[in-house]
Amino acid sequence: MCLAIPAKVISVNEYTALVTIEDVEYTASLLMLPDVVPGDYIMLHAGFAIEKVDPEFAAETLRLLQEEESARPNRIGQ
Amino acid sequence: MKYVDEYRKKDLIISVSEKLKAVSKKEIVLMEVCGGHTMAIQRFGLHSLLPHTVRLISGPGCPVCVSSQHFIDMAMAYSKIPGVIIATYGDLIRVPGSTTSLEKERANGSDVRIVYSVLESLEIAKNNPEKKIVFLGIGFETTAPLTAAAILEAKKENLENFFVLSAHKVMPPVMKALVAEGVKIDGFIAPGHVTAITGTAIYNELAEVCGLGVVVSGFEPVDMMQAILMLTMQIEAGTPKVEIQYQRVVHNEGNKIAQQMLEDVFELRDDRWRGLGVIPKSGLGIRKELSSFDAEKKFNVEVPESTEPKGCICGQILRGLKTPVDCGLFGKKCTPTDPIGACMVSGEGTCATYYKYRV
Ligand code: SF4
Repeated sequence: MCLAIPAKVISVNEYTALVTIEDVEYTASLLMLPDVVPGDYIMLHAGFAIEKVDPEFAAETLRLLQEEESARPNRIGQ
Repeated sequence: MKYVDEYRKKDLIISVSEKLKAVSKKEIVLMEVCGGHTMAIQRFGLHSLLPHTVRLISGPGCPVCVSSQHFIDMAMAYSKIPGVIIATYGDLIRVPGSTTSLEKERANGSDVRIVYSVLESLEIAKNNPEKKIVFLGIGFETTAPLTAAAILEAKKENLENFFVLSAHKVMPPVMKALVAEGVKIDGFIAPGHVTAITGTAIYNELAEVCGLGVVVSGFEPVDMMQAILMLTMQIEAGTPKVEIQYQRVVHNEGNKIAQQMLEDVFELRDDRWRGLGVIPKSGLGIRKELSSFDAEKKFNVEVPESTEPKGCICGQILRGLKTPVDCGLFGKKCTPTDPIGACMVSGEGTCATYYKYRV
């Protein structure tokens, strides 16, 4: 129920945005997230944008984990 | 899919799993509060990547599952009022009430419509001015602001035939109630999207007063493994605190606009949870000023004392005390196609996820 999926903002029209998830279009209400621009990623929950996805934090989390991974002496799975 | 696939990479998951195995010494129990987390854990088989010292238990974070039998019976009673259209999120219509379900009532001629968004129920209201639309409001802090936004829109547009039957609930009181009840929990994997709305301050008491670790987690396997690692490290070091793993979406202060909407539309009230009884100040009732949108005020509906299905241990599962395999009905009399209890109905219910991924 609290499921929200990252969606890319294509265009913004006042209080709604056209967004896509894997090329499928959806409308997202911007009533609780007015500050979005095309190109942003938002979390879509039951027709509403509830929060933006922050690209810097997203990259940072992965970078830290990947660094740790490549620093390990006995890597497996690759 | 961007922001999804990167967090499902096998080598990353294994790398976190190995680190976890290296740091974990104490036997600990972590509760994943959110049904979405329960689903991810089963789907990606995360149990098999944990050291034997770390045990995960599922909590009360599936909105359909915790909706009380009384609420389900009320919804049924509303569906029988002539001229009423019930609008609801999908799963709810299959939950067996004391005597019937919304699905059965629909087959008997009630007008019950499944909506993906509460905004669709506003459309139904506009397109059917001669009917009365009752939206069944379930869900936690992630979903409740959407209902609030719809009520505020209905007010702005002077819609007189849109009503909400609210069973919206908030998370912190039930988390505290479980701890107070003595359920053994060392830390919480806290719900990512609830916290995206509320911010992290709601957990401070759990960390500071109860001494429990709280890590707000995303929903992909890398997210969850990392959250489990962060909690384990906190507990091993004896420094329980509130941390965010899901930093790409969650900020300490949450979504202020959504918080304001919640504040404007709802007020806290005591609420009944399936299997957990009444928990003080754990539910969201519609404020007096907006009572013209409150289904409970608009229609006088009474239902007899509700009864929970016999043999169903959903309540103990929601408290993390039992697992579905402890239930004699699991997989036999109770299956997703023919559910007896609410935990088997919702896709994120613990019984339904166990059935799907383990049987
Ligand atoms: S398996 Fe069915 S009857 Fe048993 S606890 Fe789960 S929902 Fe209830």
